[in-house]
Amino acid sequence: MEIAVCVKRVPQVGGRIVVTPDGQDVDTRMSGFAISPHEECAVEEAVQITERLGGTVSVLTLGPAEAADQLRDALSLGAHRAVLLEDGGHAWGPAATAAAIVAEARRRAAQGPGYDLLLLGNEAADTGDYQVGVRVAHGLGWPCATGIKHLEISGDGVRARREYRGREETFEFGLPAVVTVKEGINLPRYPSLPGRLRAKRAAIEQYQPPWQPEGLRMRGLRVPDQPRHEATVLGTGTDAVPALIRLLDELGVLK
Amino acid sequence: MNVLCLVELDDAGVTDASLRALTFARSLVTGTPGEPGAVTPDGASPVLAGVAFGPADRIPARLLGSYGVTEVYVVEPATLDGYAPQAWARTLEGLLSVTMAGAVVAAGTDCGSEVLAHLGALTGQPMAANCIAAAPAADGTLEVSRQRWAGLLIEDAILEGTPALLTVATDAVAPQPAVAVPGAEAAEPPVHVHEPDLDPADLRVQAALSASRDGGVSLASARVVVGGGRGVGGPDGFAPLEELASLLGGVVGVSRVVTSQGWRPHTQQVGQTGTKITPELYLACGISGAIQHMAGCASAKHIVVVNTDPSAPILSRADYAVIGDLAEVIPALVAALKERA
Repeated sequence: MEIAVCVKRVPQVGGRIVVTPDGQDVDTRMSGFAISPHEECAVEEAVQITERLGGTVSVLTLGPAEAADQLRDALSLGAHRAVLLEDGGHAWGPAATAAAIVAEARRRAAQGPGYDLLLLGNEAADTGDYQVGVRVAHGLGWPCATGIKHLEISGDGVRARREYRGREETFEFGLPAVVTVKEGINLPRYPSLPGRLRAKRAAIEQYQPPWQPEGLRMRGLRVPDQPRHEATVLGTGTDAVPALIRLLDELGVLK
Repeated sequence: MNVLCLVELDDAGVTDASLRALTFARSLVTGTPGEPGAVTPDGASPVLAGVAFGPADRIPARLLGSYGVTEVYVVEPATLDGYAPQAWARTLEGLLSVTMAGAVVAAGTDCGSEVLAHLGALTGQPMAANCIAAAPAADGTLEVSRQRWAGLLIEDAILEGTPALLTVATDAVAPQPAVAVPGAEAAEPPVHVHEPDLDPADLRVQAALSASRDGGVSLASARVVVGGGRGVGGPDGFAPLEELASLLGGVVGVSRVVTSQGWRPHTQQVGQTGTKITPELYLACGISGAIQHMAGCASAKHIVVVNTDPSAPILSRADYAVIGDLAEVIPALVAALKERA
């Protein structure tokens, strides 16, 4: 089983998001970076599949040279091979990103065994475009399921489940295929020490795919107005319980 | 501008998210939110076409009419049974020429996002996800504002392309019927049974649906959510929260640390990578309030916090707070509520 997992380097924002003075980016001077959460689970899922069925997990990212850090994170979790698609400093939209992934899948197929399964996150934590996986599937002519929380691979088939509005939707289709997953599909492992050492030494394939502009053009970013106020303190400890009950009553939530 | 809007149906009729999407779509048609359809320069009334998948006799046409829908296209189960994202997108693509639509709108749900992503791929057009506002610019493009970081950040952008493809953030636009012409009932739009021209590949991925789960309250729609975070201390600490939630007719929701520690299942997570909640009351216990968590509960009507730390970030977003240990306060609250009953 040849699996490619597409991951994205995103800022680790904690207390609040700050926009740069020119309004064009998130200020990351004070933040670290990590793999977007859904994709961290995609890496874990791919590693688990190859542990059961054998095969190779390739991890791909499109980003700056520093995104090699996130590739090494994935390698330390058990991925076997890493490819860095250099972004060349351009702002890559979802269609161009998908085109670069499609081209990488074709390049890999031309060199030897192509990918059987492409895993992505349902949406990137930062841009939240909700479409790269679907566009990749169309580019390759492969079936695609999104938002998956449970994945079974058997023989040449995929059984993928997700929950939607209180019901479970099950999709069954053949490989090769594209699946986007959500956090909750598994609990990602922590990297082992040997894993870290292996990742540190691993070679990363690297090249720059062609960029193209697209039809959704960002003008600026802003933090939405938030009603920021101090909470009214009802009291301390169990002494506050009567006041809390009066409040619940006022809010109309007591039956 | 003529607009096509995907209408998702559930057992109760039209989903809340789709009513929000229709409200948004209507503002594109009329240019002004809430106003009844204006007349285009060539004298024709603009079209807001609703597209639904299900039995034609279950379409709540009058309700759709009250939201400004002028035409309904329905694909019946005999033609296409169940959810097949690419086939739904192909259906919308086919209706573009029928309705002369300049924009296609869907709710920013799992279904709506996925179908519009397919439509973007089929038409080669860009798609703007989770929009909160859109207005036509003089040059024929759309000026859109959309959520990034699950709503923690807003992107202002120009959307080029015909048709313009947009999903609507499920927590940003309130569902609002069109202002009725005084004395007149909202017109009931005609319902056209539509047979889309599908490609066999459109049906490769099709959902088999489980039965609806036994009438439990869902996290996304609960009136009361009792939240538990790191301060709960471990998997054994949730029993009093569960008991409180059940006394208040609500459910338990948790922060990301709780699910990543494996204390509770991920289905209970509130936040950017979990569920967005919209309760009347969110009672957040032992939760510090990371912004990814606040992205999931920002639409709660009232936030009440129980926390030992009076400087926890969540207090600056809450309405009321009890400074104290949830392991003491919650059991005392449960006991007092039981005594009261």
